[in-house]
Amino acid sequence: MEKTDYKNVFVFAEQRDGVIQSVALELLGKAHELAGVLNEKVVAVLPGHNITKHAQMLIEYGADEVICIDEPELKDYLTEQYAQTICQVVDKYKPSILMIGATTIGRDLGPRLAARLTTGLTADCTRLEISEEGELMMTRPAFGGNLMATIMCTEHRPQMSTVRPGVMQKMQRDASRQGNVLTFKPTFDKSKFLVRMVENVKVDKGKVDITDAKVLVSGGRGVGCKEGFEKLQQLADVFPNAEVSSSRAMVDAGIIDHDRQVGQTGKTVRPDLYFALGISGAIQHLAGMEESEFIVAVNKDKFAPIFSVADLGIVCDLNKVVPLLTARLASEIEKK
Amino acid sequence: MDFGFSKREELFLQMIREFAENEVKPLAAEVDEQERFPMETVEKMAKIGIMGIPVPVEYGGQGGTNQMYSMAVEELSRVCATTGVIVSAHTSLCINPILEYGTEEQKQKYVPKLAAGEWIGAFGLTEPNAGTDAAMQQTTAVLDGDEWVLNGTKIFITNAGYAHVYVVMAMTNKELGTKGISAFIVEKGTPGFSIGKKEKKMGIRGSATCELIFENCRIPKENLLGEQGKGFKIAMNTLNGGRIGIAAQALGIAQGALDETVKYVKERKQFGKPIGAFQNTQFQLANLDAKIQAARLLVREASYNKDMHKPYAVEAARCKLFAAETAMEVTTKAVQFHGGYGYTREYPVERMMRDAKITEIYEGTSEVQRMVIAGNLFK
Amino acid sequence: MNIVVCIKQVPNTNEIKINPETGTLIRDGVPSIMNPDDKGGLEMALRLKDQYGAHVTVITMGPPQADAILREAFAMGADRAILLTDRKFAGADTLATSYALAGAIKTLDYDLIIAGRQAIDGDTAQVAPEMAEHHRLPQVSYTVDLKYNNGLCTVKKETEEGYQILEVPTPCVLTVLATANKPRYMSVKGIIEAFDKEVEIWTADKIDVDPNRLGLKGSPTRVKKSFTKPQKSPGQVYEVDAEEAVGIIISKLKEKFII
Repeated sequence: MEKTDYKNVFVFAEQRDGVIQSVALELLGKAHELAGVLNEKVVAVLPGHNITKHAQMLIEYGADEVICIDEPELKDYLTEQYAQTICQVVDKYKPSILMIGATTIGRDLGPRLAARLTTGLTADCTRLEISEEGELMMTRPAFGGNLMATIMCTEHRPQMSTVRPGVMQKMQRDASRQGNVLTFKPTFDKSKFLVRMVENVKVDKGKVDITDAKVLVSGGRGVGCKEGFEKLQQLADVFPNAEVSSSRAMVDAGIIDHDRQVGQTGKTVRPDLYFALGISGAIQHLAGMEESEFIVAVNKDKFAPIFSVADLGIVCDLNKVVPLLTARLASEIEKK
Repeated sequence: MDFGFSKREELFLQMIREFAENEVKPLAAEVDEQERFPMETVEKMAKIGIMGIPVPVEYGGQGGTNQMYSMAVEELSRVCATTGVIVSAHTSLCINPILEYGTEEQKQKYVPKLAAGEWIGAFGLTEPNAGTDAAMQQTTAVLDGDEWVLNGTKIFITNAGYAHVYVVMAMTNKELGTKGISAFIVEKGTPGFSIGKKEKKMGIRGSATCELIFENCRIPKENLLGEQGKGFKIAMNTLNGGRIGIAAQALGIAQGALDETVKYVKERKQFGKPIGAFQNTQFQLANLDAKIQAARLLVREASYNKDMHKPYAVEAARCKLFAAETAMEVTTKAVQFHGGYGYTREYPVERMMRDAKITEIYEGTSEVQRMVIAGNLFK
Repeated sequence: MNIVVCIKQVPNTNEIKINPETGTLIRDGVPSIMNPDDKGGLEMALRLKDQYGAHVTVITMGPPQADAILREAFAMGADRAILLTDRKFAGADTLATSYALAGAIKTLDYDLIIAGRQAIDGDTAQVAPEMAEHHRLPQVSYTVDLKYNNGLCTVKKETEEGYQILEVPTPCVLTVLATANKPRYMSVKGIIEAFDKEVEIWTADKIDVDPNRLGLKGSPTRVKKSFTKPQKSPGQVYEVDAEEAVGIIISKLKEKFII
């Protein structure tokens, strides 16, 4: 294998039911940046059925080229079908880098491909950069997030990495961007298509499990009433994986359900972001949330104990802050 | 001499601790509040063999050691003293005497189902007029043809009502004094045998503590356990084993209370710092920790002796005396360190303090343990 | 029916703390456990044993102390345990690890290979699918339920939107989530007997593998450096009006990549 034969930054354009997944667009943004440094092209690989019409969108989000593989066998993701397809694309086009979104699909496909291509794969990268020698530097968390490692795959190609949704940034969609759209016809070994999809079910979220949420908007006595919590729900709705939770006082007052209670007699949570709004920070409450990754506390009382564990403390009336914050955040997130 | 745990014991400890944390602890407050016998826990314990740990495999048991059994009672009691005593009374006071003194038929009939947890066991010695003065048995057993007829009342019987098998002491020959007491096996549902008043207690409130009432209760001749007239000896020997179980229970309560307190004093801030930063706190908790470990080693010694078929009566008395008084001291201090919060039911330490008290009383009061130990000193 | 279950001994990452002075991981005294996803896989296999009398072999690749999780597996009901251990495996990335495992499994009879989706220390979720690829076996990952009937597996796979039902014939590889089931407790007797059973120790020369594909030599990826995440500095408290407050919050969230 001659490393110099391998060029360009490929991105697996994941689609489900014909909808291009956001993570693919985020990866195109990153690929654009990496390709810029390498002076190479960004190529999106789009397998599926009746998906060629989405190629232009991929170009507008940063792809210079799109390789479409439009086959009925690729309508729904199945490991072997997709692995054969992408392998053949890689063998023909020899990308230097191949990026895949770390979704249930990506984490199923990525390793299968890496083993078939006998190359290295680094999972859940949070940072991707090009080294001075033009190699990909892939940084990822390990030990349950307690440790970070930078990994490289210097003697094998393509250098593969998966990236979780929400980590990289999409480019601004540019309708004026132009690019090539190619079609690729794979040769399937159907004898290996042994897995059959019987049913694909979309489920509505049922009972609330605040321990699963990545963002918690938590209210205490300062919120005071049901209407107040509705405002908190609006703030939560701005984030993709957020829930409203509360301290014990509001549960005891019958305003919030017990399954949303954080604390000694409620649940222990460790979300990425914890808003403590109108919560004083009694020891029983702290015991349930102080391990949160980032804590933002808003309370009128500057001596409230919650400020001793908050990463960011705001002494202000939450009733003024919350609606403003909701509106500003909504527009920030939409901008992306 | 290795004071540590063997690999087998370590794996066992891992399992029992996980079980206690996940299955027993979540129910502990409710079991106490509602005075509810945690039958669902008994069923779960039965499934994995906790109801028959030191019972030989040939009688349907797990083939474990008394050491493992003590460890189990400690770990269970650490999170719920009620659950600990259910297992302890069942194993030490009911299964054990049948294994030691029973005929082969009796062992085959009763032990497998008890060890499997299909049946729960209990022990009836105490009477309204026979507590520490256990020899004052007023329950009588009279042989009538092929049956013994029992008359009398027992009180403060653990597992009463839920147990199927009861090892009961009764007077068969009043003139012989203690040598006139015999042991019997009585099954639930036997006509003439009923469960009386359920006690409202200070602690171990989920444990069923009731009267046993015998009114011309007829049991088969075969249900005499051991030799006639040997009942008092059987009871005393049985209690020796039971004492190790209760010591393990007290030890678990003490350890649980200390763990909660250490957690609390690290978080609770007064005067600008955690109260655990004050040397008074640290020194007092250090004292308690040392005492708990001392109690643990006494329990381990007694368990070891029993496993090695060495005499263990004095060792059992020592560990029960010391562990019970330690548990009382640790839990009282635990509440104190929790301050006002410790007095509320939001924190578990007040329950642990209420639970600890009984360990100084049942299966031989601390005074009785002192009598045993002194008896050994002065022999 | 023969089932091979791949399990891994991992440090309990929930217990890992960072030394506040040096910023490094405190690895001492962190208990080692059977990886939760793997335990879910083992439980799945044991349920098939309960139902169909399947024979369950557990295999782990690790240092000698990984013996502990094999004993645990015995105590839960596994029939055979293999410890794949050799210095030659050291430094292996997922490809080299999966290759070694695949080499070991080659000599075993299996209808079904079950592994956990991912280990809580590496978090890659790569070893099982790569191992499946070395054997060219069909795979289903993210399994949360399995029904088996006469050579056909009906698998419930968890997805972001809900779930899928898939059918795959044996032999195949399934990766399982810890949430698939509630693993049984070891029984007391199981624990006692676990230490009377034999754990087979397999070294690199016992398995049919190309030594150049093992360990560091066989690893396309290398760790260039590792570091702990920057320490949390004590939070700032701002006494400001609502407008300013919102500005501060948003800029902080951006700084932390939360938005």
